[in-house]
Amino acid sequence: MALDKKGIAQRIAQELRDGWYVNLGIGIPTLVANYIPVGIEVEFQSENGVLGMGPFPFEGEEDADLINAGKQTITTMKGASFFDSATSFAMIRGQHVQLTVLGAMEVSENGDIANWKIPGKMVKGMGGAMDLVASADNIIVAMMHSNRAGVSKLLKKCSLPLTGVGCVKKVVTDLAVLEIREGAFHLVERAPGVSVEEIQSKTEGNLIINGEVPEMSL
Amino acid sequence: MNKVINNVTEALVGIEDNMTLMLGGFGLCGIPENSIAELVKIGVTGLTCISNNAGVDDFGLGLLLQNKQIKKMISSYVGENDEFERQMLSGELEVDLIPQGSLAERCRAGGAGIPAFFTPAGYGTEVAEDKEVRTFNGKPHILESALTADFAIVKAWKGDTEGNLVFKATARNFNPMMAMAGKVTIAEVEELVPAGGLNPNEIHTPGIFVQRIFQGEKFEKRIEQRTTRTK
Repeated sequence: MALDKKGIAQRIAQELRDGWYVNLGIGIPTLVANYIPVGIEVEFQSENGVLGMGPFPFEGEEDADLINAGKQTITTMKGASFFDSATSFAMIRGQHVQLTVLGAMEVSENGDIANWKIPGKMVKGMGGAMDLVASADNIIVAMMHSNRAGVSKLLKKCSLPLTGVGCVKKVVTDLAVLEIREGAFHLVERAPGVSVEEIQSKTEGNLIINGEVPEMSL
Repeated sequence: MNKVINNVTEALVGIEDNMTLMLGGFGLCGIPENSIAELVKIGVTGLTCISNNAGVDDFGLGLLLQNKQIKKMISSYVGENDEFERQMLSGELEVDLIPQGSLAERCRAGGAGIPAFFTPAGYGTEVAEDKEVRTFNGKPHILESALTADFAIVKAWKGDTEGNLVFKATARNFNPMMAMAGKVTIAEVEELVPAGGLNPNEIHTPGIFVQRIFQGEKFEKRIEQRTTRTK
């Protein structure tokens, strides 16, 4: 069975390592914070200016001055800090943040990513995504394998305006975990019960399958 | 040096049609809402506004957009504002979308006397069009220029009569860099205290960057996405 959004977040959470500073984008990536493996300590950075982001506040305790990059009300953990936007992006460009997880509309087999604009139809703006993908060493894209129309989002070449070039190294979708290297998607794991054939048929870009592909363990 | 201005009307004296303004805030968090309301009232038009977002349809900079007072926006994200998206797609509004970190650094550079800098953000994308590319440490970067403004309008939690500012939580965001980059910087604060009323060790923006300061009459501080959990 294909994973739901929570399942994708749960699988990505397995990539977290103790001591990492992590930036989570809007959407599925935000859910990763709910599945931090036991015994691991990570600190979440939100590019609008907070390190040590905590869970949503209890009702009645929301503070308009305390939000995340998705403009949602949040809380902070003990030891948190606040800073201005220039300092925040110094952390990001300066590679002080160890992992970035973000969503995408399209990813290509050479690691290009598109997630900010559909010409003539939708313009959200790039926000911090271009800074994040251009600088981060370790980027995981969290997304559905196909769009709502059923078209593959893992492509030979992105059709939408790019957010970054050759920067994505790993993609976790509702169907699979894939690594991007040498101009191809390498199938690393399949979602429980999802066949290699299904993943192959829903991947437009070059897909490399090496031997037996294990199922994810969630 | 006493920089206190009595009220928002006097604080905004000198803002005219076709000027470039910087406005602090991220979403609706940390925006100078008293000054924005006053800009709507005085009705200046043809403005170029540098601000990360454009508020929502009926609050923040969205109010100036509804009123067609803005000619051009320089922003990084417009996602939550339908009127912005409509004016942009129809070509009524000129929009320069730039990466958030580049926007912050361009304001900082403007205030810090650095005319331009190289950043990897946006290389290989539309943002890089017509910009110089240079490779450092094997990685391509694009040249981004500094931003300044006729007036920068920022919002702080506390300020003193000298113009020193302290921000609260994530309401800090772009405010400190924009304060640096305004030819004239106006600070609206929730609480104005006498000189000596703030701890010098805890000042976020030193008063040298602020020319006018006033206490805002009221702060609605609207929340864009109210998210909570249950006990």
